[in-house]
Amino acid sequence: MVSEKPEERRIVISGVGLAAPNGNNLPEFRSSLLAGRSGIQKLNVRYMGEVLAGICHFDPLKYQRKKELRRGTRAGSIAIYCAQEAIADAKLDLAGLDRSRIGVYLGITEHGTVETESEIYQIKQFDYDVKYWSHHHNPRVVANNPAGEVTLNLGITGPHYTIGAACAGGNIGLIHSLQMLLLSEVDLALGGGISESTGSFGIFAGFKSEGALASHPDPEKACRPFDKDRNGVVVAEGGCIFVLERLSDALKRGANIYGEVVGYAINSDATDFIFPSAERQVECMKLALSKASISPEDIDIINTHGTGTIEGDVAECRAIREVFGEYPNAYMNNTKSLIGHAMGAAGALELAGNLPSFEDHLVHPTINLDHLDPECSLNNLVINEPIRIDKVDYIFNNSFGMLGINSVVILKRFEE
Amino acid sequence: MTKEQIKDTLLEIIAQIIPDEDLGNLKGDIPIREQVELDSMDFLDIIMELRKRYGIEVPEDDYMQLATLDGSVAYLAPRMREH
Repeated sequence: MVSEKPEERRIVISGVGLAAPNGNNLPEFRSSLLAGRSGIQKLNVRYMGEVLAGICHFDPLKYQRKKELRRGTRAGSIAIYCAQEAIADAKLDLAGLDRSRIGVYLGITEHGTVETESEIYQIKQFDYDVKYWSHHHNPRVVANNPAGEVTLNLGITGPHYTIGAACAGGNIGLIHSLQMLLLSEVDLALGGGISESTGSFGIFAGFKSEGALASHPDPEKACRPFDKDRNGVVVAEGGCIFVLERLSDALKRGANIYGEVVGYAINSDATDFIFPSAERQVECMKLALSKASISPEDIDIINTHGTGTIEGDVAECRAIREVFGEYPNAYMNNTKSLIGHAMGAAGALELAGNLPSFEDHLVHPTINLDHLDPECSLNNLVINEPIRIDKVDYIFNNSFGMLGINSVVILKRFEE
Repeated sequence: MTKEQIKDTLLEIIAQIIPDEDLGNLKGDIPIREQVELDSMDFLDIIMELRKRYGIEVPEDDYMQLATLDGSVAYLAPRMREH
């Protein structure tokens, strides 16, 4: 169906920059996802000892001087790498653009814990004398830090901030970008999500205290959404930033268009700090479909949020069955099984990993699914091997977070 | 520490703080900030490093005395004699 909206009211993705534990750009990431190549490894974390984590291996000095790297945060460094890669991928020449009309909107789960923990560890050596507390602390821990570092690095003078949205952050960075473009607040948006979570012992320790930190003798088998033998979350760092622009602008400059954002929704459970509500997730999914003016049977790929916890996996699968159960068209996968849970980056990374499906019609698999939990039974769950399907017109991306924040993004294969 | 050792220590600290800069031609009698890119936060890093490594407190009123490499060595020499 051809859109009836004017080109100025249609928002498209025209560039992708990402850092994932199993790829430093979209082609590498996609290739790893299709091959079922995990990015999970062992990591030594302060106070915790050896844990399992998704660690990125991009070269931060590709876009930062050593001093910038020392001055800033890991989240800032990931964000700069992703933003620079996205701009290069979009074939944009920043020098020729009005940089006051570019916005940087990044979803985060948390920020500042890494620096705070490190500083406390440092001053412990000086008997907690705060005169040894770093003068870099405040600029590193302000919540806008990752987005602000992007503007410093790229000389962008438009608005920048982060959006705290727990593990829905990546989707919501993209959604907010779309909204700002539709409001004509900016002409170009760098939107997505970032996470430096693996630098914080507290995040690992927190999941462990909840009984929700995954463990397995083989790191690559630790993240097992929907599998009966799952035992929790594998924490990952990462980032993904999209270049988003109005279709009219993208066409004018002959941009390569990955897809059009045709639907989205955000809502709140209002039920619990950590346990999800399938009912609110159903409402969120239906709202996104309604905003896109499509029905469940139009969706070709559903990327699930599933993190590998029993409560989360079961609630999401129940919600998906309620919305999509009668329409067996959609194929479903899960990206966390391969890269772990990249927190604020998860939604954006997982969406990016599925974008090439519009072209190659392949659906990347969910790995480590050896014994399906019957409560997680879904139509067309793509298990352990990728499959090729006849058509991919719509991709549907779930991303949920603590405090009951739900988000859905729907992308459509681009056609003029 | 001798004055030469203090100078080498200072250069090593500065190299850590501004790793992109070439310090080989740094002149001792010209303010450091006129020769390399070293901002106020970097300067505070030098102060913090002296505090952490040697327990030396440099009061804010004395910061100007550390503007040049020679001035820094002269200021620190009596304070680092025992190190």
